[in-house]
Amino acid sequence: MSLLDVNDLSIRYGDTAVVDELSFSVGRGECVGLVGESGSGKSQTALAILGLLPKQARLSGSIRFDGTELVAATEEKLNELRATRIGIVFQDPMQALNPYLRIGRQLREILLRHDLAFGSEADARVIEMLGRVGLPDAWRQFRAYPHQLSGGMRQRVMLASALIAEPDLLIADEPTTALDVTVQAQILELLEETRDNTALLLITHDLGVVAGYCERMLVLEKGRLVDAGATTSLFASPGHAHTRRLLDAAPRIDRADIPPPATAPSILGIEAIEVSYAAFGKKRLHAVHDVSLSLRGGETVAVVGESGSGKSSFIRAVLGLVPKQSGRAVYAGAPLEGPVERRAKAQRRDLQLVFQDPVGALNPQMRVQSLVGEPLSVHEPALSSKARLARVVETLEQVGLGGEHLGRYPHELSGGQAQRVAIARALVLGPKVLICDEAVAALDGSVREQVLALLRKAQEDTGLSIIFISHDLAVVRAISHRVLVMYMGRLVELADNASLFSRPRHPYTRALIDAVPVPDPVVARRKAPLRGEVPSLLEPPPGCVFHPRCEYAVEICSIELPKTREVKGTRVACHRVDEIDL
Amino acid sequence: MSGTINRAISVSGGILVTIAAFALVGPWISPHDYVTTDLDHQLVAPTMAGAQIFGTDDLGRDLFVRTMLGIRVTLLVAIVASLVSLVIGVTYGAVAGFVGGRVDAAMMRVVDTLYALPFIFFVILLMVAFERNFLLIFIAIGAVNWLDMARIVRGQTLSLKEREFVDAARLTGVSTGRIILRHIAPNLIGIVVVYVTLTIPQAILVESFLSFLGLGVQEPQTSLGALVDAGVNQMEGASWTLLIPAGLLALILMCFNFLGDGLRDFFDARHGK
Repeated sequence: MSLLDVNDLSIRYGDTAVVDELSFSVGRGECVGLVGESGSGKSQTALAILGLLPKQARLSGSIRFDGTELVAATEEKLNELRATRIGIVFQDPMQALNPYLRIGRQLREILLRHDLAFGSEADARVIEMLGRVGLPDAWRQFRAYPHQLSGGMRQRVMLASALIAEPDLLIADEPTTALDVTVQAQILELLEETRDNTALLLITHDLGVVAGYCERMLVLEKGRLVDAGATTSLFASPGHAHTRRLLDAAPRIDRADIPPPATAPSILGIEAIEVSYAAFGKKRLHAVHDVSLSLRGGETVAVVGESGSGKSSFIRAVLGLVPKQSGRAVYAGAPLEGPVERRAKAQRRDLQLVFQDPVGALNPQMRVQSLVGEPLSVHEPALSSKARLARVVETLEQVGLGGEHLGRYPHELSGGQAQRVAIARALVLGPKVLICDEAVAALDGSVREQVLALLRKAQEDTGLSIIFISHDLAVVRAISHRVLVMYMGRLVELADNASLFSRPRHPYTRALIDAVPVPDPVVARRKAPLRGEVPSLLEPPPGCVFHPRCEYAVEICSIELPKTREVKGTRVACHRVDEIDL
Repeated sequence: MSGTINRAISVSGGILVTIAAFALVGPWISPHDYVTTDLDHQLVAPTMAGAQIFGTDDLGRDLFVRTMLGIRVTLLVAIVASLVSLVIGVTYGAVAGFVGGRVDAAMMRVVDTLYALPFIFFVILLMVAFERNFLLIFIAIGAVNWLDMARIVRGQTLSLKEREFVDAARLTGVSTGRIILRHIAPNLIGIVVVYVTLTIPQAILVESFLSFLGLGVQEPQTSLGALVDAGVNQMEGASWTLLIPAGLLALILMCFNFLGDGLRDFFDARHGK
């Protein structure tokens, strides 16, 4: 008998079924991946198993956990099971931890509540558990509040609280989606190491994660189970067209059609940009240090780095959204100076930005027609309203939308549609440089592919140059000509796509590449993840800022800041670039 | 602004319009007026005879006409006072929020200082120092209510200013005036309208309170608060003199509160469906 048996599970809200006759099982100690795009019902399934669905959900079918029926079980019974036999890790640990209680107390509560340990024994177990999930200085963290920890550390605490009662089943719902790739790799490793004989139901949209860590996988589409089987065989020969589509849409870092290098002259030159913000007291937070870049016509340059690497600040300073302390940017022969309001109209017309969160970047009180039409009414006031409407519709069609969307408000669009509207708004003036700040990070695989294709097409048609800010190296590999890697506000490496991915010259670049999960169980690389986390920008380490995490660091790295050097067409900042072979 | 008229708006709005219409038209239709005393008919209970449907007060004046007059005064004070607070508060708050920095800090410290003044005391002093008149009541109430409005609008503007769609508009080249007009203001309307409908009952209460203390409108003019004050003195023998104006006052206050809730949903595009 399996540990978990789900039979004909259906979840309905009113007339819509979000999960439709779903059946699957999870054996003891097994790791099963539950894969699907947003809206496929994967999280709803997890909530149903935990008995945490909202009241208006109607549930039918059966969920048997170790012989106990969970559908229609009493709240008391579920409470006991949830704490002691089924553990849960959610996507956002800040939401799941009580901000007013010390971490140690929250974990101890679980033990005390269910009579698993008492008094000082409970404390000892909590501290041991915190140590096992890799919290440095576990005794001190026992007394910390959730906000004092980084996102990665909080997720470790979540994992500790899920595992402390030694459950038989651990449900992890997108446990690493909100984290940087390097931290994601650490958490996934940890999930593997610490769960002993606990079965794992891993819910994710990322096929790379499934390929590397799950023995079996289940594919959901619109609430229905369309494919199930061993991970290796499903990746080799998908049984269902939807699985095929998901696999095709998953970008691969290990292979890609690399676009030929752009040869047009440079149109945007950025030199030695410095950005800092006032911080507590008299300190200043140095977000960007001496970063230079030159962008050619029709070229895509990706800017990558973990959160806090300064990639957004860098680009915002160029655009004039935040002030820069020094450095200069030159567009088409004229300097880009001062805040964006004081810049020449032509410059504002030619440089456009697409944000990460399309819903936040669109005014909720405006319809699509005025959202896309606004740049036209600003820059071409002479245009008749009829001609303007025609241009709006034309641009909407260019991004794969149509006239039927003109009257919609942003909240009436799906995430993908909203991002297309945001792109249409940026493209309607025919800009020369488009800056995408994590523009596809919030989108599902297939939608992301469409948006990337749309950007490539716009580039082919109009010779658009693109600066593509992203933390996702697999996407970067597929779209960019050149890549700029940043760490703690500094340039680490700048190289063309082919050489960066085949022969990175900086240990940080190598670590970033290795941390990206490959959606293929055969080649899924399982290298030791990068140690530690990004240090505070307020107290950067002396010497090379990367040295505390670098496995190649030697004495000089902690003393002297490495200069940026040119090695075979790659600009790299590392003392040991000539000695180490990555 | 895509809302549909919801039930809160239609019901409470309907009641308010009806009451206002009666208040305007009632005194014309009635054969009585609000000043003529009739000492033969003191404290007559509500009756259809002689069309004295609300009865008379201790001086024999027709209570229906007086109540309608009181509603007029009360609504007028409330609406004018709210408009005063709307104009001052929104302008002040939006400027402080959008300009930000030192200007914001200085402007908000002024608000803080004014907050520290004991309001009722301040009004009483005004009333005593000057002749009691309508205008003074408007100014006194409006001058205090705008403080709340300014704080709310400033906070909202501060957070709206940081939203990405404002950055998007800045990048596109939209002028500052247009950003305030097209991007900030429409997102403020919801909260401002709601706040105004909540200020109106507040103003009504203040006016009633002042009249109840005898500092409000002057006889033979009247307001709901003044009528309640008069009613309290008669409540043992002639309860209608208290219950009718007090009931109407409560109804009006309740309707404005529901109207505020309804309008909030109406102005939020996300509730448009």
